Amino acid sequence: MDFEIFKNAIPSMGLLGALFAGGLAYSSVKFKVEEDPRKGEIEKVLPGANCGACGYPGCASFAEAVVKEETVCDGCPVGGPDIAEQVATIMGVDAGASSKERQIAQLLCQGGKAETFNQADYQGIPKCRAANRVANSKSCEYGCLGFGDCVSVCAFGAMYMDDNGLPVIDTDKCTGCGKCVSECPRSIIALMSNTEHIVVRCKSVLKGKEVKQACEKGCIGCTLCAKKCPVDAIEMVNNLPVVDAETCVGCGACVQACPTDAILETPYETIKIEKPKEEVLVITEDCVGCTLCAQKCPVDAIAGDPGNKHELDTKACINCGQCVKVCPKDAIEYQ
Amino acid sequence: MGDLGELFGSLVMIFMTAAITNNFILSQFLGICPFLGVSKEVPTAFSMGLATTFVMTTSAVCVWAVNSLILVPLGLGYLKYVAFILVIASFVQLTEMVIKKVSPPLYKALGIFLPLITTNCAILGLALMIPMNNYNFIESTIFGLGAGAGFTLAIVLMAGMRERLEFADVPAALKGAPITLLIAGLMAMAFMGFSGL
Repeated sequence: MDFEIFKNAIPSMGLLGALFAGGLAYSSVKFKVEEDPRKGEIEKVLPGANCGACGYPGCASFAEAVVKEETVCDGCPVGGPDIAEQVATIMGVDAGASSKERQIAQLLCQGGKAETFNQADYQGIPKCRAANRVANSKSCEYGCLGFGDCVSVCAFGAMYMDDNGLPVIDTDKCTGCGKCVSECPRSIIALMSNTEHIVVRCKSVLKGKEVKQACEKGCIGCTLCAKKCPVDAIEMVNNLPVVDAETCVGCGACVQACPTDAILETPYETIKIEKPKEEVLVITEDCVGCTLCAQKCPVDAIAGDPGNKHELDTKACINCGQCVKVCPKDAIEYQ
Repeated sequence: MGDLGELFGSLVMIFMTAAITNNFILSQFLGICPFLGVSKEVPTAFSMGLATTFVMTTSAVCVWAVNSLILVPLGLGYLKYVAFILVIASFVQLTEMVIKKVSPPLYKALGIFLPLITTNCAILGLALMIPMNNYNFIESTIFGLGAGAGFTLAIVLMAGMRERLEFADVPAALKGAPITLLIAGLMAMAFMGFSGL
């Protein structure tokens, strides 16, 4: 074999390659883009799913926003508290300082197999979307169809169907992405803030008698909850109570009042209270015994005769702060 | 003076041929990928056109130099693909660095289509046509510039039409890629009218 042919080819190509490599090496230094090193570090600890649940196009954009302090360290709903802490450590801030509020999917129906019945035998495609198209086989035309369309779209394994034929949402795993909400043909899954702790778990707008016939746990529109609410946070709309999250103090009076258990307190621990639990309300000597606080107290923790100083049962008190607001003499304080 | 006039005339001819009569996209159907991919908005399309023009012109100059100074004298014609791709890839890399530094939003808007200029057949086609047509240094430069201008013209025209199409009542089956391809075909037919020039 004649090696002469390599004599020109290899050096010339090598020279050419070396020339361009050198040029690029020079320009890579010359046009170097300075990036905040924290961005790369944050990207590494993020889940990397690029799901967009944080509101940014991907994990890289989220990391950039965190570095620019446009968003909070715990803005990644998938990562949860662990990732938030790692991100906060990289940013050199305290994770607890940022907001913990997040969106969680809530099922607004309690009509499972035990509470409702089938008025017809549906044998079509086993999908909620298909079943919702044909005449109503379930006793409640607003209730969960129970084929689990929502469970199948959940990308985070945060949902499963229980034995009663209702989807259960794992509030820890739920990222609030909203896929199940848009998938449900009957719109009985809603995104709610984890600071909203009272949820009306019924969407039936029918009159009380019809609801009672269809489901054991449906809202019959009796308005008891609205009447019992100490802060008037509940308004009846279309035979259903609507809770105003701003006004609601989470005392649970409505939950106790509901005859069909259609209102439930949410299972998660983050209950909004005005002051930390360690502080207790105390009635001071300024009390003139007007009884306003006792009337307002949703849990009857205040007792006393008119004209005399009232007593507050700190065990029963839920720290809702309603009494502090109504007291004309500012005689109730946190201690 | 006559020679200079003749030279200028031939250069204008090369430019016009590359830009319009033999438009790389609409007559030779080279570089369709960015033509369809980055033609959603006029400003982005125009920037893509400029980036491609830059790579085309610089590559044309380098390709001419590599071809006539290295490949032909050493009888290494069979290495032209490797050598040309090396030239093109280097300039695309350089362009990418400059754009990333100078305009991060543009870098994001061009996305994958910027590095894809490397494998854009319009540019390799241009590189291969230079030795084929025996262009000299100035002719090669003008050829590259003309090809880039033609590419920019086509992609900006396309982007302008697609911007208006956003608000047009397109039948459902033709929405998106199908109508874009139809437009490309119609534009190509319109450009055939220039072949008589």
